[in-house]
Amino acid sequence: MFWLSLLGGVFVGVCNGFFGGGGGLIAVPVLAILLKMEEKFAHATAILVILPLSVFSAVVYLISNPLNWLEVLWVGIGVIYGGIIGALLLKKLSNKALTIIFAVIMLIAGVRMVI
Amino acid sequence: MKWLYLFLVGLFGGVVGGMGMGGGTIMIPALTLFLDFSQKVSQGINLLVFIPLSVVALFIHGKNKLLKPKPALPMIFSGTIFAIISSIIAQYVKNETLQVVFGYFLILLSIFIFINAVWKKKKSKC
Repeated sequence: MFWLSLLGGVFVGVCNGFFGGGGGLIAVPVLAILLKMEEKFAHATAILVILPLSVFSAVVYLISNPLNWLEVLWVGIGVIYGGIIGALLLKKLSNKALTIIFAVIMLIAGVRMVI
Repeated sequence: MKWLYLFLVGLFGGVVGGMGMGGGTIMIPALTLFLDFSQKVSQGINLLVFIPLSVVALFIHGKNKLLKPKPALPMIFSGTIFAIISSIIAQYVKNETLQVVFGYFLILLSIFIFINAVWKKKKSKC
């Protein structure tokens, strides 16, 4: 269990550091499937894992890429409102439809970034 | 007007994230494609914005007793080390290259999600 967790952390860290996000997409399955945590514990604990990783990664990015803090603030405000709306919406919309829509958006975004 | 677009991109990312679908994977492309930020700046913003959001989420999850820190500790240990190493490496990659790699990452991820969703559908029909 210890080694699985340690190994899982490597992939979460690489994803979080290199892509600036997305570590949760690895952390949740590692916790739920490899470490046999129940889904909701896995989702919650994944945030616990990603937080310190994000702090350290953010420091590295900030040193190399100066940011306009006012702009960051506006994004942050949007994220907070969005987070609340998203959490509320989650109860009301169908899982399958959501996942497919999300996957389609991701695919389009991915293609746009490559072209 | 730019503040409005910044707010909307954040809103969009937050909604997707709030639904537990990895908001950053959508927000980073949105910042890069719609607001013309460089890939590294978008990634940096995503990381930063995640911090207060996760503190609040953890507070709530903690109160609801949903956290299991012990099994996660080794993960946090190795994760931190590799996150730092990978972030540093990323700074040496050109923005355009990083953007393309991220794009392929998203494409692979979306295919994986499709397959996963279809597989789950088949399982529930059995």
